[in-house]
Amino acid sequence: MNQSITVRGKDRYKSGVMEYKKMGYWEPDYEPKDTDVIALFRVTPQDGVDPIEAAAAVAGESSTATWTVVWTDRLTAAEKYRAKCYRVDPVPNSPGQYFAYIAYDLDLFEPGSIANLSASIIGNVFGFKPLKALRLEDMRLPVAYVKTFQGPATGIVVERERMDKFGRPLLGATVKPKLGLSGRNYGRVVYEALKGGLDFTKDDENINSQPFMHWRDRFLYCMEAVNKAQAASGEIKGTYLNVTAATMEDMYERAEFAKELGSVIVMIDLVIGYTAIQSMAKWARKNDMILHLHRAGHSTYTRQRSHGVSFRVIAKWMRLAGVDHIHAGTVVGKLEGDPKTTKGYYDICREDYNPTNLEHGLFFDQHWASLNKLMPVASGGIHAGQMHQLLDLLGEDVVLQFGGGTIGHPMGIAAGATANRVALEAMILARNEGRDYVNEGPEILAKAAQNCTPLKAALDTWKDVTFNYESTDTPDYAPTASVSM
Amino acid sequence: MRMTQGCFSYLPDLTDEQITKQIQYALSKGWAVNIEFTDDPHPRNTYWEMWGVPMFDLQDAAGVMMELNECRKVYGDRYIRLSAFDSSHGWESLRLSFIVNRPKDEPGFRLGRQEIGGRSIRYTTASYAVDRPEGDRYGGS
Repeated sequence: MNQSITVRGKDRYKSGVMEYKKMGYWEPDYEPKDTDVIALFRVTPQDGVDPIEAAAAVAGESSTATWTVVWTDRLTAAEKYRAKCYRVDPVPNSPGQYFAYIAYDLDLFEPGSIANLSASIIGNVFGFKPLKALRLEDMRLPVAYVKTFQGPATGIVVERERMDKFGRPLLGATVKPKLGLSGRNYGRVVYEALKGGLDFTKDDENINSQPFMHWRDRFLYCMEAVNKAQAASGEIKGTYLNVTAATMEDMYERAEFAKELGSVIVMIDLVIGYTAIQSMAKWARKNDMILHLHRAGHSTYTRQRSHGVSFRVIAKWMRLAGVDHIHAGTVVGKLEGDPKTTKGYYDICREDYNPTNLEHGLFFDQHWASLNKLMPVASGGIHAGQMHQLLDLLGEDVVLQFGGGTIGHPMGIAAGATANRVALEAMILARNEGRDYVNEGPEILAKAAQNCTPLKAALDTWKDVTFNYESTDTPDYAPTASVSM
Repeated sequence: MRMTQGCFSYLPDLTDEQITKQIQYALSKGWAVNIEFTDDPHPRNTYWEMWGVPMFDLQDAAGVMMELNECRKVYGDRYIRLSAFDSSHGWESLRLSFIVNRPKDEPGFRLGRQEIGGRSIRYTTASYAVDRPEGDRYGGS
């Protein structure tokens, strides 16, 4: 199977239909260049379809090919522009599925455009009939291409400097109920949570401008709350004002108003699209604003292992696109998140270099060329009693968002916030002192609760809450397997 | 009012033993520890006064504690914080910052509201302490 069968010369351009693997889209001898974009697809061919042909078809349909031979290829440097599938491996323990490695010449892509990159790689090929299913698992983005992107508008380091918060995860909460609160009531939740000790509060993905609360009203009350909490604590506070709207003009208008009111951060939803995200990232860089991204909608295409786009690819695209925060999973909370796969996402956000790590789902060495780091956000079904696990699994550069775990506190919202802050500070103190905080976590929390009634109440209320379900998106490689690159 | 800047402000004030352990942690990471003090704790007051320069190449937390105690003798009525600086590529900023000394009374902050066009308000925060001149704000020294 590892032989080139490409037809060359005159015969290659005879009118008619030719197998993709013979048209130059299967080149097992090809050695990817440092400047190539590489994509790894999980291909599930229809029964009876040769996996090599299926993989070559993916290469063809995501680059230059159409279903038949065209003579106009001969007016171009066609061989350069053809994507080349250079390797096909059966997926371990998954009969009928294959990993196809495909290399794309850098000239196929417009500099600095996620829209162009994604239109090329996932634009056409996912509905291709000879495939049962197709998933984009990972991409290697060459430094030459990375350098054409702005990257995160602010980045982790400058965000910390602007917020004046070092040495611990940041704390946040999403205002609940997510729909129906008036602006005045909404601002109350923001004030209580921030005064109680959180660094951030957050609009939910579907809070835009609805009959119960129009956006200007929300922004005005939220900024009253932020400023009041800032004066009450002497700390910088923020609330992610969601500027997601129907048009770019509306989003710019909302973002400008947030800036006028002195907000340090605005928020957008993934569903606004890659181009809108890049526009907002440029706006955020220009206006000294942190840009929070809520990954609304991603599970429609990231969750199932056989078809769609892996979240690790979305995370890479978003680091290029230039957002500062991205929801990347909690492991222990209510939403999908295998620990190793999640670790892979976090590394993509926070490291300058990701070595290949198949256990974590990272298939390529990825250099980020000093592009700013992107702060992962852990949100959804987490509480103070899990603080030691969260710190261990997610590390220090992360926003931990306790929505229900703050607002649902029996003594009120400010008490809920205080419980989370005390739990966090106690855990950081213990970790830095060299204690085995993962195993001693419950003791450390109980000890801290002796000086903090709200923490004691939080631990009593949620002590047994866990979300243990089977993950749907786990790595294909066990720790012992090794795949040579 | 308790001003809550820094990493451990929600815990009871750290003992010298606890402070020593945090310094040791920072030194073990190769970070330089810096002592700073102020009597204007405005949240945007980035540049507190430096007590000497950051202590590079130190192995033992005792050296920092000695300096901290000297600083406390002179500025014990002000806020003093320790911060740890990491010079590695890609970070080149603080890794840890926490308060190790506070004035006896913390009067807190006034939130000023200036009503401007429409319903907008321009906010400004100032510590009540800064109504008095520097050095005379927390009982004087």
